[in-house]
Amino acid sequence: MQVEEYKPLIVAFCCNWCSYAGADLAGNNRLNYPADVKIIRVPCSCRVNPMFILRAFQRGADGVILCGCHPGDCHYTSGNYYTRRRMALLFSMLDYLGIERERTRVEWVSAAEGAKFAATMNDFAQKVASLGKNKRLEDLRCKK
Amino acid sequence: MQRIGVFVCWCGSNIAGTVDVKAVAEALKNEPGVVYSANYQYMCSQAGQNMIIEAVKEHKLTGIVVCSCSPRMHEATFRKTAEAAGLNPYMVEIANIREQCSWVHKDMATGTEKAIILGKAAVAKVNLNAPLTPGESPVTKRALVIGGGIAGIQTALDIAEAGFPVDIVEKNPTIGGKMAQLDKTFPTLDCAACILTPKMVDVAQHEKIRIFSYSEVEDVTGFVGNFDVKIKKRARFVKEDVCTGCGACVEKCPMKKIPNEFNLGMNNRTAIYIPFAQAVPKVATIDANACNMIKNGKCGICSKVCTAGAIDYTQKDEIISEKYGAIVVATGFNPISMDKFDEFAYNQSKDVITSLEFERLTNAAGPTAGKLLRPSDLEHPHTIVFVQCVGSRCASCAEKGKEYCSKICCMYTAKHAMLTRDKYPDTEVYVFYIDVRTPGKNFDEFYRRAVEEYGVKYIKGMVGKVSPEGKKLKVQASDLLNNKQIKIDADLVVLAAAIEPDKSARPLATKLTASMDTNDFFTEAHPKLRPVESPTAGVFLSGACQGPKDIPETVSQASAAAAKVIGLLVKDKLKGNPCVARSNELMCNGCSSCERVCPYGAITYEDKEFRMPDRTTKVRRIAKVNPAVCQGCGACTVACPSGAMDLQGFANNQIMAEVDAICK
Repeated sequence: MQVEEYKPLIVAFCCNWCSYAGADLAGNNRLNYPADVKIIRVPCSCRVNPMFILRAFQRGADGVILCGCHPGDCHYTSGNYYTRRRMALLFSMLDYLGIERERTRVEWVSAAEGAKFAATMNDFAQKVASLGKNKRLEDLRCKK
Repeated sequence: MQRIGVFVCWCGSNIAGTVDVKAVAEALKNEPGVVYSANYQYMCSQAGQNMIIEAVKEHKLTGIVVCSCSPRMHEATFRKTAEAAGLNPYMVEIANIREQCSWVHKDMATGTEKAIILGKAAVAKVNLNAPLTPGESPVTKRALVIGGGIAGIQTALDIAEAGFPVDIVEKNPTIGGKMAQLDKTFPTLDCAACILTPKMVDVAQHEKIRIFSYSEVEDVTGFVGNFDVKIKKRARFVKEDVCTGCGACVEKCPMKKIPNEFNLGMNNRTAIYIPFAQAVPKVATIDANACNMIKNGKCGICSKVCTAGAIDYTQKDEIISEKYGAIVVATGFNPISMDKFDEFAYNQSKDVITSLEFERLTNAAGPTAGKLLRPSDLEHPHTIVFVQCVGSRCASCAEKGKEYCSKICCMYTAKHAMLTRDKYPDTEVYVFYIDVRTPGKNFDEFYRRAVEEYGVKYIKGMVGKVSPEGKKLKVQASDLLNNKQIKIDADLVVLAAAIEPDKSARPLATKLTASMDTNDFFTEAHPKLRPVESPTAGVFLSGACQGPKDIPETVSQASAAAAKVIGLLVKDKLKGNPCVARSNELMCNGCSSCERVCPYGAITYEDKEFRMPDRTTKVRRIAKVNPAVCQGCGACTVACPSGAMDLQGFANNQIMAEVDAICK
């Protein structure tokens, strides 16, 4: 029996000012990362409601990564600090539900860090792929 | 239901090379809401935009999805196109299939598959877009320039000449910056003071320019067109408007042993001082850390000799609040510290100096009145070794130096070497280099002259060690082209220290919420197309705070920044960003969660009367967002426990729809 190569589904939320620009820079420099990563643009990492992440897992995402400006560099002065606290709380709850910690991540990527963006995505995609399919929160009713 | 048109761009082969654009257009045709789908070579071109306008009219489109480059590149372009077609500009969404798809994936099949998914997400979002109208805000017609070096001076003069008032904030007692410390300037060898000081005088005399010297920016709030800035004017213990700059106090001050910063500590100054003769403003400043009167209450000589009565020992720091429409950052650079470079013996020998110190040594107004003398024994040096790239291009030694090229060192070292040979032909001059980089008008000719006409000995290779022995400095180096080790007994070693952004830049960037790169240089809004603007609207960049620059480049950028500021200040009103938070009055329960997280204080509360089903009325406290103050970060939307707060343009249901589309 031939086993199809497992491709993880990864949702990346990127803040408009730093990480989305960092992702653009990775593109400008033609730095490769897996196509499994799909980016959603948000004004600030603090715009990401924990609901969005739960929804992604429910719909079958295997990993969710949230990228924002470095601490102290938030375009909105303090948005990424909110993100850091909210996600710490959410991730620990996901942990409790049995979602592996490695499926979620918060990473600070500045507009100048195209290389870091690509490296982060490569690393994250590899981690998520090694964990296999996310089944814990996936709600098959959503697929209808 | 929306009627959506999808437009897939080839971007020549940039997208079409890795993404099957026709397949993308075809696949998106069947998405809910999509009534029209097309592809074209260059969607952003006139023809491409006309295609969109015609399709909007022909198919009565209500929303547009453009699958193209990053929205950071052309979102504004396509919004204008939509407007020209009679649509609300905020009915446009971009699927980024270039920077985040075709350029990072190599395989056609995966690229196409991902592009389709990104397109579907954009379609799902547009289905939920609503027309938005930006609010308007007035523009304060005054500019702030932070930093009074040649960059700040040029920017301020250009803005003031266009008729707008400008304030310069300079942290030192005088404007002039690094250029005031230089002797000659390459490649024309005209003297720095002769071209800079007239400009400094112009600044001082310009009726539209105010100088806040010995001052710092304390706090910045507000947004483009309406910045509120607090400036801290540090106490200089001299009344600026009374002091005539006569210098009597400086002559009589008994504290004479304070290292003179202007001469990089190579000679001393007094506790009350004027940095240099052409200082602007030409007023004395008391160094509070050195003055005996301020420290111990004993002395007071300066106030006795001051016939103008300008000395005021009780002066306090003063905070000045002012409104500005635009802010220009011109904080400049500094040479890096040589403390970590033990191999060059900088801290062991006085005769190992940096290039900026060399500049002071050859300057007629410097510590040796322009005579090139060794700092240790004031004798004329006969052999001088210049070492290039000290801390620059230091990829393997990032903890000591910088990875980037400091850009100006090759040229100023050629200048130093040439001038030395010109004034003192008996001096032997060696330059050790990795590469000689001389792009720029008349730059390479200048370097060739140093080698061919003036006989400067250029040796490709790095200096390994400098060791002081008696009166000499033993220089050990490698000559890469001849593949041999060489030893030189030098009298003076000059290090071309890498340059780095001024230390004040990082805290300033935080106050301005302007972004910086890993080296603490300010980042520009776009590296090629918007090089003098920061990504933060209303904040502009001038000079070496954005990257290493020589004087001609700095002046060009300064004038360019000024042109951008003038373009902003001539407007009477600015259109705001309509992507701001909005509270649903019916759902809000007035809990203040949103108010607590708002970094801008944009949320207030009001009591509102609601009609109840039983026809009675009830007064409830509800949140209200001020759209002129809200910057649209969305922190409140997540904090709101009842889901009443939402962000226009990035609404909860829109992002959910994107998540769903991606995870299908």
